[in-house]
Amino acid sequence: MGAMEKRATDKLKERFGDAAVLELKEFRDEVTLVVRSELIVEISRFLRDDPELQYNFLSDLCGVDWPGRPERFEVVYNLYSLRHKSRLRLKVRLPESDPTVASVSEVWPTANWHEREAYDLYGIRFAGHPDLRRILNPDDFGNFPYRKDFPIR
Amino acid sequence: MAVSERMILNIGPQHPSTHGVLRLVVELEGETVVKITPHIGYLHRAIEKLCETKTYHQCIPLTDRLDYLAPLSNNLGYVLAVEKLLGLEVPRRAQYLRVLMAELTRISSHLIWLGTHAMDVGAISVFLYTFRERETTYDLFDLAHGARMNVSYMRVGGLARDIPPEFATRLKAFMDEFPARIDEYETLLTKNRIWLNRTRGVGRLGAADAVALGVSGPNLRASGVDWDVRRAAPYSAYDEFDFKVAVGQNGDVYDRYLVRLVEMRESLKIVRQALEGLPDGPVIVDDPKIAFPARERLSRDMESVIHHFKLVSEGFSPPEGEVYVSIEAPKGELGFYVVSDGGPNPYRVKVRAPSFVNLQALPKMAEGRLLADLVAVVGSIDIVLGEIDR
Repeated sequence: MGAMEKRATDKLKERFGDAAVLELKEFRDEVTLVVRSELIVEISRFLRDDPELQYNFLSDLCGVDWPGRPERFEVVYNLYSLRHKSRLRLKVRLPESDPTVASVSEVWPTANWHEREAYDLYGIRFAGHPDLRRILNPDDFGNFPYRKDFPIR
Repeated sequence: MAVSERMILNIGPQHPSTHGVLRLVVELEGETVVKITPHIGYLHRAIEKLCETKTYHQCIPLTDRLDYLAPLSNNLGYVLAVEKLLGLEVPRRAQYLRVLMAELTRISSHLIWLGTHAMDVGAISVFLYTFRERETTYDLFDLAHGARMNVSYMRVGGLARDIPPEFATRLKAFMDEFPARIDEYETLLTKNRIWLNRTRGVGRLGAADAVALGVSGPNLRASGVDWDVRRAAPYSAYDEFDFKVAVGQNGDVYDRYLVRLVEMRESLKIVRQALEGLPDGPVIVDDPKIAFPARERLSRDMESVIHHFKLVSEGFSPPEGEVYVSIEAPKGELGFYVVSDGGPNPYRVKVRAPSFVNLQALPKMAEGRLLADLVAVVGSIDIVLGEIDR
């Protein structure tokens, strides 16, 4: 793990407690932090604003479907710090019964369309989103086509 | 006080100034744009979901169809992500050729942007010039890849084939004439009064807004933010090339124009360095579990036939894991988030398309301005709906 990712992890644990980070994964020098979903906005704001971190650029946000897991949906946040040239990945896990997480569009306005897309394709709801409409599919589409149980043909 | 009446104007999805199938619902007060609501998705083909049903190799042709004006950049971003999943090192010659092709693609993409953008604003002749040079780049792609647009030239582990001997000669001829061609475009536009009036101070986007909205590429740099993935996180041997990152100041349509013109000149410098410093050696890894065997071996070597059969019918299975790899595509940060569950098909492929993100900044740039400015601003963002809708 690079110095920046380590610093971010330590600071997050220090600020929000060890229990805020549910899991830490490292693969090919990339660090993924699975965090408690109810803390996502506070964690995002902290990572963006802390002067030693400054993850001010949300490169990407997307959903992933893992049917069969106790918490079926993941929302993945790929962050970047323009200042420190460092990447960090956050993740929250959401149950199928209520796939809702707070919107980070207040923290990174770019999240607006990404969250609309994750809603459109996976049915993940983003509480507090200013305009949570479908974005790629028609409004009356009625399905969430990127879910694994939506047939490809 | 006069009573103002708002008019709703629908632009697109079929309209030349929307550069594809973008639809904009624009609220107007007189000629002033009050609100813009972009509608996208008309070109949605579920490319990311289709990838989940294919082997890692079979996804490459799908990436051609994202930003179809820069297929080689899409190829590159995708194969770099898969190679990172595999932990694969690519031969040096392939790395250099990838850089060469990616930069030629940047030139080609910028030429189309310049021609169509200038045409939107009323300078029709520029289009005729830029499409002349764009044709030369496509001839070069045709020569090296066997196709003009949907090239699918890159492979996991390297390239489909080496460049033919005549490629270098033709490329050199292009490199010799192109700087003078850019000068020609500049004589038509850079100091042209009409062009200046239509572009300077129009569609401004401040640095803080650009970062908050995730804007990248020439649009971000025109706003004064010096961030280029090739420089910040060099991939495919970019750290061995000497080039300048163009940065603007005002974040308006004019600065986006200037930044891209400098980028074309810098790309040409990189192409020249890549061609002159091109290392010898293979263009794909020597790993029969990953790379397809050479065509001629299939008729005399049973083992190659077996490897080929296995690769086509099953593919390969990277270890369980996830990567996010991004490159500096002509339009900005092109990212691939690829998740492997250890099987032969990607579990999830998410394309971070620069046009998708950049388009989101359109209301910020054009609201409160004149309708005619909206056309200039849309052109200046340089969007391709193929990667917005995916």
